[in-house]
Amino acid sequence: MSSMKLHYDVDNTDFTRAGEASSDTKKKLKLMGVSPEVVRKVAISMYEGEINMVIHANGGTIDVTISSDNIVLVLKDEGPGIANIDKAMEAGYSTANENIRSLGFGAGMGLPNMKKYSDEMNVKSEIGVGTTVTITIYNELT
Amino acid sequence: MDNTFINSVRLDSALCKGCINCIKRCPTQAIRVRNGKAHIVKRFCIDCGECIRVCPHHAKKADYDSIDVIEKFKYTVALPAPSFYGQFNNLDDVNIILRALKLMGFDDVYEVSAAAELVSELSRQYVAEHQDKKPFISTACPSVIKLIRVRFPNLIDHLLPINAPIDVAALQAREKAMKETGLPSEDIGIVFISPCPAKVTAVRSPLTNEKSEVDAVIAIKEVYPKILPFMKETQNQTEEISHSGKIGISWGASGGEAGGLLIDDFLAADGIENVIKVLEDLEDQKINQLEFIELNACSGGCVGGVLQVENPYVAKSKMKALRKYMPVAISHLSDTTVNNVFWEKKIEYKPVFNLGYDFMDSLEKMERATEIVQRLPGLDCGSCGAPSCKALAEDIVRGEAREKDCIHLLRDYIHRMTDDLKGL
Repeated sequence: MSSMKLHYDVDNTDFTRAGEASSDTKKKLKLMGVSPEVVRKVAISMYEGEINMVIHANGGTIDVTISSDNIVLVLKDEGPGIANIDKAMEAGYSTANENIRSLGFGAGMGLPNMKKYSDEMNVKSEIGVGTTVTITIYNELT
Repeated sequence: MDNTFINSVRLDSALCKGCINCIKRCPTQAIRVRNGKAHIVKRFCIDCGECIRVCPHHAKKADYDSIDVIEKFKYTVALPAPSFYGQFNNLDDVNIILRALKLMGFDDVYEVSAAAELVSELSRQYVAEHQDKKPFISTACPSVIKLIRVRFPNLIDHLLPINAPIDVAALQAREKAMKETGLPSEDIGIVFISPCPAKVTAVRSPLTNEKSEVDAVIAIKEVYPKILPFMKETQNQTEEISHSGKIGISWGASGGEAGGLLIDDFLAADGIENVIKVLEDLEDQKINQLEFIELNACSGGCVGGVLQVENPYVAKSKMKALRKYMPVAISHLSDTTVNNVFWEKKIEYKPVFNLGYDFMDSLEKMERATEIVQRLPGLDCGSCGAPSCKALAEDIVRGEAREKDCIHLLRDYIHRMTDDLKGL
């Protein structure tokens, strides 16, 4: 089964560029005639992951694999790691600082939204080593 | 053939030099230069008029009716757009214009701004009763609707399904004219005095109604020089024709429609690039808690339409002065019977930008396009006729262009050939 791979390096040096990777993937999925609902799920979960990476983990990488079955996002960073994943998955829980909050981020909806808009989600994290979030969204072919 | 992909921008081939101004500025990348002339890809065009605005050779023209159209009907009603009032200096009474339209040859006048007040009232009710569907996106600008239907399928359900003021005005005007004259519908000409070509298309090929009640659309810039002499005469007359106040007139500029909703939670964006940014953010759910999103393709709102005469910001300030001592609204639903104010048809998503005929085909084409982009110089110079290297790559995989349309690749190719020949 053929698939297409996209790779993004998300760097944290310019905060105003956060969201560009998810925006590029969204544009590509639209050109490929992926159903609007699937595009929406990918765009939102990837955007939240990308922002998390910039805010908490000094950036990272995102690998997207697009096939007729599904769209898989692997978001990998070498940040501080998540101390309590269950807690981080709770809506409204946030460790973001004041600066970030003043920009309208840090509402504690990052991981919960990623979960909400994905069909499968797996979070692996180790303190001091980093976090890898794998998200699968089923493709609906019309 | 899907007849909803007609548009009202025309090319004058004799004037077109095949330059890259329009292809670079088109927000939906709908223009290509082929064989030295610009071509509009109809299914991508949203009638925003940007190309008309930027063409330095005036080769892009809006398609609208001639003012002589009024001679085709036994009885005609002029429907001036609210933004029309912003074109005149020191205007302190709209009646001067309305009376002058009658002297120009129209039998009656029905202000679009009067219908706009009814639409505002209906919108207030609708938004209050359908809070679960918020944010609502305004639907008065036809270019915005066309943009959403080809690029933002997830936002279609947020469109406010109420007819635009021009459509409400046209029906009201026709019913009034038939009642007053006893003439059959076909003898009555409802003529819209329009700020933009998008409204021409909306009338000729309506997306949300079976047919439009507007019979002809003429340009503000054509009416303007003709009405001025009559205004000298009408400024001392006393006939009161106007039926609109602050709310109706304000629809002519960005923020006016939202203002008429009497709510705080709204945003109003104007200029097509800004509109696209708002729609992208709305689609990604980055904009929350707003009740209403007002969007106008032209900078400044309808005052910025390509068929206007005055600078949009000057027009906006003139309208502000004009409405200063007006009542908030003059037309009210309680005094009027309005029929058919809601959309008859829903907007249907048109995935015109799809690369292939199905997902697997698109996937394969997307991979090829990505490969091709790597080989292209990335200058986005437009010399190939496409607006960017990426657009050229997409055209190539769609079978509409070749790699050697890139003059840089072609030059490298020729250099290699001459080197090979030298070696012989």
